[in-house]
Amino acid sequence: MELLLDSLFNGVAIGSVLLVAALGLAIVFGLMGVINLAHGELMMLGAYTTYVTQLIFKLPLLKPYYNAYVIVSIFLAFIVSGVVGILLEKTVIRKLYGSPLETLLATWGVSLILQQFVRSVPLAYGTGLVISLIIGLFLPTTFPLRIKESINFKYFKFSSWIFAALTGVLTGNVISSSVSKLSRASARNVDVTAPAWMRGQVEILGTAFPKTRLMIIIITLISVIAITLFLNQSAWGMRIRAVTQNRKMSDCLGISTEKVDVLTFGIGSGLAGVAGVAVSLLGSVGPNVGGNYIVGCFMVVVLGGVGNLLGTVLASFGIGIMTDLIGAGRLLSIWPDMPLPLSNTINFFATTSMARVMIFALIVIFLQFKPTGLFPQKGRMVES
Amino acid sequence: MRISRRILAGLATASLAVTATSCGGGSSTSGSFDDTVTVGILHSLSGTMAISESTLVDTEKMAIAEINAAGGVTVDGKSYKIEYIVEDGASDWPTFAEKSKKLIDQDGVPVVFGGWTSASRKAMLPVYESKDAFLYYPIQYEAQECSNNIFYTGASPNQQSEPATDFMFKRSPAAGKPFFLVGSDYVFPRTSNTITKEQLKSLGGTVVGEDYLPLGNTEVAPIISKIKKALAPTGGGVIINTLNGDQNVAFFKQIQDAGITPSNGYYVMNYSIAEEEISTIGPEFLEGHYGAWNYMMSIDTPESKKFAADFKALYGSDRVVADPQESAYNMVYLWKQAVEDAGTFENSAVREALVGQTFDAPQGPVEVMPNHHLAQTVRIGLIKPEGGFEILEETDGVVYPQAWNQFEPSSKGYACDWTDPSKGERYKL
Repeated sequence: MELLLDSLFNGVAIGSVLLVAALGLAIVFGLMGVINLAHGELMMLGAYTTYVTQLIFKLPLLKPYYNAYVIVSIFLAFIVSGVVGILLEKTVIRKLYGSPLETLLATWGVSLILQQFVRSVPLAYGTGLVISLIIGLFLPTTFPLRIKESINFKYFKFSSWIFAALTGVLTGNVISSSVSKLSRASARNVDVTAPAWMRGQVEILGTAFPKTRLMIIIITLISVIAITLFLNQSAWGMRIRAVTQNRKMSDCLGISTEKVDVLTFGIGSGLAGVAGVAVSLLGSVGPNVGGNYIVGCFMVVVLGGVGNLLGTVLASFGIGIMTDLIGAGRLLSIWPDMPLPLSNTINFFATTSMARVMIFALIVIFLQFKPTGLFPQKGRMVES
Repeated sequence: MRISRRILAGLATASLAVTATSCGGGSSTSGSFDDTVTVGILHSLSGTMAISESTLVDTEKMAIAEINAAGGVTVDGKSYKIEYIVEDGASDWPTFAEKSKKLIDQDGVPVVFGGWTSASRKAMLPVYESKDAFLYYPIQYEAQECSNNIFYTGASPNQQSEPATDFMFKRSPAAGKPFFLVGSDYVFPRTSNTITKEQLKSLGGTVVGEDYLPLGNTEVAPIISKIKKALAPTGGGVIINTLNGDQNVAFFKQIQDAGITPSNGYYVMNYSIAEEEISTIGPEFLEGHYGAWNYMMSIDTPESKKFAADFKALYGSDRVVADPQESAYNMVYLWKQAVEDAGTFENSAVREALVGQTFDAPQGPVEVMPNHHLAQTVRIGLIKPEGGFEILEETDGVVYPQAWNQFEPSSKGYACDWTDPSKGERYKL
């Protein structure tokens, strides 16, 4: 019983890391069909946001609330990666809808730019830049309708960007002078340390579970539930589903496809940021952190069936449980006296490297029989 | 066809952008020298290895500046100022070979100080052998190699992992308990662990499991459950860790959360964690675990303190020095001494003069042995809560290097001696 519980937990823990990382991609790639190779780097931005938040919460003013910094950074990471995603959509991807190869190359280029950016720009100024982006993009939308429709709106827009730039430079300088660790650029990996209440273990049903893993499972569950509710219950969610199913018809019926695209991409990117918070709790944060996850993300989305959230969820947990089952040699403890050739085979695959090989092989075999994944998209699509 | 050409073009442009290399130049000649000599420095200044390798470039520059300040290299009564050309290996092994060719053929340098990973050394080796040039390699490595054209100043396994295994098995708090081996999936951890397994067999110890994490993978949950399953019945045990770089962060964060800590009876002995890595990973995760090196910053001798202080004075008070840097520092001095003894920069004469050179290094006296490796002291350290090592024990005098390991079955009974033409790279003892 304990063994089963332990194995199940491990599988779910590995799966939830995969799932939280792939969730954003399931929307961007699954619903919009955009092959976003910069998805890993949006995760990286989320991870760096956690790091910056952690350091800012060490300042005397915020020190009493230090324990809450992880929770705060989840929201901040969503906003930061979301805004960068929106900018990416508006500048690069919008021009490339319907041409997957060009999107692939362009987003790969963006991923290299983002990696180099965190290497060579001090994080304090990076933060300032992100803040000015947030203000510049959102301030004009808060103006009253009267101004928005006036012919002089472009001047208002322009002046709000100037305001945004000034605020960004100011906050960049303030952060740079108050947190010395953020004032210099460094290619070195940095480290996020979970607050004391999130470290160590908690005992459930006689088995000890690491708290950070539980935290990641909770973050993943909340993200999945929130995004499902949003897509299925809200008006904007309905518009998103409408556009993904039939773009032209939605357009004819008065849905602003442009707005829907920005929103969908922003949400997908924001979820990548949340994933960044989760992975920063497990390992170190560096420019290459996203690259470690991108292949896994695509694998999960493809296996689950492009465009289906339930498929992504099941595929993540399936891969997680298989990884644990094969990699830790669980079958041997479940069935201790199996015939020798079989147990030798299992032992051979019971290393992390070989488990990975085995998982990929199984996925390839599975896709031979079901090329469209666990839950293929049904219905008529305009694009197909 | 149209599509694939487009992809290729895109990839080509993109890769050009990534592999943009940088070249550094030496400093200009000053009046007090008769001539100059230009040496090559070849480490990764970009890519994943840049973080580690750039510290070696800093140290080598420091050693060169010190030698120049003390009058340079004196050959045949003439004083030479050392200048250097820094090339970027870009964390890409073929690039190391290419840049080596460039340094030897185009720049005509008499010596190259370079490399970090075993893969980069294996890529460079044929270049130096075919051109009969000389590479000085400063990193602790798995040995099982002995080239006439490479000079190894880092530890061989019998100068690091063997004394460490002996310590863990006999004198650590987990003495006599079983071992679990964890490493990154490439040549050094696998070779090192083969040696450890053979050594434990002869000591009467047991290895209850081993696992390798593919490079770039940070999911250690299956490894943790295996460690627990294997070591929990004995109330803990020894974990030998040869993980690389960032994977250590993931490993230590997650084993601490899983209760695999010194207070629960699990002790990790690390072969790739030095002062630099302790401060990056965070001492709060490493406290109470062990490391084995030839040089540790906490060595309490005037030479060691001066080395650390000079480095900090040059590059900033927050910088630390560690074993690989000390090796890099030593090799520049040893080359200078050999050239002065040989009275020429010419390769084969310098090679002959090099064997037998001694140097009062920051770690204590070192000596070049006929197998082109260095006799040096081995130390075992306990990682302190504030970072750095508390030296628990050090060997009585130097340990002589074995290029061919005496525990590994394929090399048992072999040795290397370049001073005797009848022996050479590999001869039977």
